[in-house]
Amino acid sequence: MRTNDTLVNIVRFVTLVLVQVLLLSHVNFMGYVNPYLYPLFILVYPLAGDKTLLIFLSFVLGLTIDIFSDSGGVHAAACVFIAWIRPVILKFSFGVSYQLNTLKISTAPLAKRIVYILTMVVFHHLILFSLEIFNMDHIILILKSTLLSGIFTVILMVATILLFSKRTA
Amino acid sequence: MQQILSFFIRNKNFLLFALLFGISIALTISSHSYHQSKAVTSANFLSGGIYQLKSSITDYFDLKQQNELLIQENAELRFLIENGGFRHAMMPIDTTVVDSNYTFVPARIINNSYTKSKNNLTLDKGRNDSILVDMGVLSPQGVIGIINSTSGNYATVQSVLNSNSHVVAKFKKSDHYGYLSWNGGDPNLIGLIEIPRLAPVALGDTIVTDGRSTIFPEGVPIGTVHNFNNDSGDDYYTINVKLFTDMTSVKNAYVIGHRDADEIQQLENEIEDEDQ
Repeated sequence: MRTNDTLVNIVRFVTLVLVQVLLLSHVNFMGYVNPYLYPLFILVYPLAGDKTLLIFLSFVLGLTIDIFSDSGGVHAAACVFIAWIRPVILKFSFGVSYQLNTLKISTAPLAKRIVYILTMVVFHHLILFSLEIFNMDHIILILKSTLLSGIFTVILMVATILLFSKRTA
Repeated sequence: MQQILSFFIRNKNFLLFALLFGISIALTISSHSYHQSKAVTSANFLSGGIYQLKSSITDYFDLKQQNELLIQENAELRFLIENGGFRHAMMPIDTTVVDSNYTFVPARIINNSYTKSKNNLTLDKGRNDSILVDMGVLSPQGVIGIINSTSGNYATVQSVLNSNSHVVAKFKKSDHYGYLSWNGGDPNLIGLIEIPRLAPVALGDTIVTDGRSTIFPEGVPIGTVHNFNNDSGDDYYTINVKLFTDMTSVKNAYVIGHRDADEIQQLENEIEDEDQ
């Protein structure tokens, strides 16, 4: 990673954590639906970046959110998992071309981008809510939370990427 | 040896993932058991400080509403004093110092959650203000929860809206007692379980805390019976209680300490040890 990239990532990390814990965790749309924007850090992490470092950073990111929301390690687990399967999902959504370093998430076709975001968000939310509720009797609640929060998160992520893509493209 | 090393290097991503995922799961499980000191908590310098900063800004938005709640509480307390219920019960005639078993520390709630299945709150007071784990927390209207971790200047509260918490509650009129239990959903409704079928239950009955534990004094209001049924053929009612405290907007709290809590706990533990 170049110095510039490192700086951008640090700023992104801090901003996403603050936006999440101060704002988005208190939206409570329809009483209990909150979007989780912070995994965007993992999604837009440089494609050529160090994967081991990403897994470690995701753990720190998740744990930071956990510290703020007193939730044990649920966000950390969800983050580490999507950081680990990210290469697989990248290949699934963009084809093998992503490995040739020609691809930029901000310039890829919108449909492919949405598939990528959607898959990552579903995995993240499913693990997050399964661990948070931690009771298979409430599987309907887990799926419902995943669906509702997921829709909210995907919309917010697509909007954020569109909003900030001009500068990075 | 070479092979082992190259195995580790080849699979370093998976191994790191497995290690960190394992740590996260362990943290999650330890946060699910109530009586374990929590490793990950918002009662620390960084998150406490950020929440304090946030609440020092956002607290102004509902100041009027919060003041009304406090005035309402003051009116209730004044009513008790003027009507003698309090003065004669609490104050022996020949002493000037009232000796009470309970201490109250006022605190502000700087972070609140009520939408998850395990909700916690963060207070702006901690060990330095003699707040300890297992103390009870009240709002001006009723019960909020129990302290589950503390740092120097902050403390976290396990809300009654947390599927791990089991606050003992009873009927004001009949002393039949059960446990509060929450499984998500409406933050103003909470389940009351293990009330035996022979107890008389009516809509609107007041539910208060039980004095059996050292956490809450007896008779602190919790809520009223919202609905109930006993159709299921169980020996127990299924009761939903509407909380007096609006958990979605609570800002002020009192932390209750029992002066002899340690002594009572120690005695009870000794007896339990002997029984085993």
